[in-house]
Amino acid sequence: MMNTRTKIIGQAVPLLDKNIDTDVIIPQTELITVSKKGLGKGLFARWRYHDDYQLNENFILNNGCYKSASIILAGENFGCGSSREHAVWALLDYGIKCVIAPSFGEIFYNNSYKNGLILIKCQERIINQIATLACSNENNLLNITIDLEKSCIFLFLDHQFPFDMESRVRDYLINDLDEIKESLLLNEKIESFQKVDRKKREWSYFSF
Amino acid sequence: MSTLLDKIWASHVIHQFEDGFDLIHVDRHLIHEVSSPQAFSGLKDRGIKVKSPALTFAVEDHIVSTLPNRTVHTEPSGVELINTLRQYTEDNNIKLFDLDHRNQGIVHVVAPELGLILPGQVIVCGDSHTCSLGALGALAWGIGTSEVEHVLATQTIRQRKPKAMRVIFNGKMNSYVTAKDLILYLIGQLGVNGGAGYAVEYAGEAIDAMSIEERLTICNLSIELGAKYGFMAPDIKTIEYLYDREYSPKQKQWQQAIMYWQTLFSDSDAVFDKEIVIDVTKIDPQITWGTTPQDVISITQTVPDSTLYRNNNTQQAEKALSYMDVKPNQSLMGLKIDNVFIGSCTNSRINDLRQAAKFIKGRKVASHVKAIVVPGSKQVKKQAEQENLHEIFLAAGFEWREPGCSMCIGLNSDKVKPYQRCISTSNRNFEGRQGPYARTHLASPIMAAACAIAGCITDPRQMTEV
Ligand code: SF4
Repeated sequence: MMNTRTKIIGQAVPLLDKNIDTDVIIPQTELITVSKKGLGKGLFARWRYHDDYQLNENFILNNGCYKSASIILAGENFGCGSSREHAVWALLDYGIKCVIAPSFGEIFYNNSYKNGLILIKCQERIINQIATLACSNENNLLNITIDLEKSCIFLFLDHQFPFDMESRVRDYLINDLDEIKESLLLNEKIESFQKVDRKKREWSYFSF
Repeated sequence: MSTLLDKIWASHVIHQFEDGFDLIHVDRHLIHEVSSPQAFSGLKDRGIKVKSPALTFAVEDHIVSTLPNRTVHTEPSGVELINTLRQYTEDNNIKLFDLDHRNQGIVHVVAPELGLILPGQVIVCGDSHTCSLGALGALAWGIGTSEVEHVLATQTIRQRKPKAMRVIFNGKMNSYVTAKDLILYLIGQLGVNGGAGYAVEYAGEAIDAMSIEERLTICNLSIELGAKYGFMAPDIKTIEYLYDREYSPKQKQWQQAIMYWQTLFSDSDAVFDKEIVIDVTKIDPQITWGTTPQDVISITQTVPDSTLYRNNNTQQAEKALSYMDVKPNQSLMGLKIDNVFIGSCTNSRINDLRQAAKFIKGRKVASHVKAIVVPGSKQVKKQAEQENLHEIFLAAGFEWREPGCSMCIGLNSDKVKPYQRCISTSNRNFEGRQGPYARTHLASPIMAAACAIAGCITDPRQMTEV
């Protein structure tokens, strides 16, 4: 379960390629597990390591100054492709708390907030601006603040970038919601729906 | 003036939340060994059982060996996941098509052929290619593990209604052009993000003319368009396809079902949020050159100039070109290949195998090519063997395998070796999808068969069927 939080503060790493798919985020060789934990080492495995699992120093996450980054600045359609929730578990396990991109794969988007990974949709132009401001001087990365209550990204004191987030998603992230528990409370309504529906569409229920 | 999406959605809404999300009844929940065991453990922690086990079906497909005479232990890396799934399905009374079951196969191939998927239903599965099943007139989509847990617990899913898009494929397909070519072409036109936020209804003369198997291929790649859902209105072919299948409704319920299914179409005055018309007579056999399905060209075209790549995204084009080891303005024809994979939930049904076999018959796979055929299910395999298709493949030098996801995802030992080139009938040419550094070209079974014989990328129209 996630923790209640309204703000995160961290360093950002630019990974601005478009269409970074969940196969890239966590390759299939890394996801053979029944556990949600420990997947961080497989994050971006094909980019982060050479064939022999030695670190690829040229990959940006392995660059010393980005090692503690917890926010990814990404290109459009981040998380497209496979539904594997392992991609979200791997990002979180590695220490990523937030991804900012112009758009996201839909299944990945739903998977993320349910696990407390913050996804923020921002125009490409703004993401590039944040990358320039916060990641330009590699020796001196600046913290950026993401304020969920104010729906705003703060860089230093004079740069603010407001963003839109669905109220449901924000609620989920801030208030540690348990969707299954909520839906179970509607059990009576679910059962009465199914009773009526079964009369209308008996063929859908295997009663033969 | 409702779309088919409106009709199916409305008939499944249990509760509307203030925030625009709806609680939707789920008719069928399909599960497999890679994405679902973690969800069961969540249920166990809560001390609850699966709400509607009779509407839940499990298959072992992703991480199973496809070698002849396989057992669970032939693929050691899958043993823990499979045993976990077996335990949970047994504890919860869920029907499981395990490795030895006569109905085993890839979940999206098995579900339609058993009659598990019916028009007007809502179907979910922890797998993005669940959109395939929309071909039967259902609303079917892929979900993550947290959502799987929600469905197991409540037989419902909380979802925001997507926008409606209609893609009309007009005209008659050229010969040697298949459903796969049509959908790849569409992705090339709209891009891998072009369907994001939409449920896509496919319609038009070319769709009407297609078999259910071909429609499954079209819907399969909806997610590669960025659309979580793709579907077609049911018609007489759908009804004929479903008649008397193992889990199809029977007798009085079959009659009632048909009455209901006849109401499932978009009204003539229905308004779509987006509409695209494609002239299929313009479509030639397609093949991908890059690392996303939008990187696709006609076999007669050349690889695009990186400076002309989508929105001038030169950097991304160059990355894809270098990964795939192809050059701008290069024709793909004549490029030497190492592997051919005929299989996956996109193109592993009986008609796909028949099409490929027509090309293979009496010919030999080029000696440097490793070629495998992996039927989508045990039923497909059995049917193919009854028609002696396996003899044709084996005589040509193909391997004839047991059903599973295989080289589509390389979770088992069916991988493309690093830097090798593979013509694949699957749906994803992502970096590393078929194995680390593997170079994947997506194409139809016809193209794959022709390339296997030629030993290089070739235009199937230059090779006559035997
Ligand atoms: S065949 Fe490939 S795309 Fe289809 S379900 Fe299996 S892994 Fe997924």
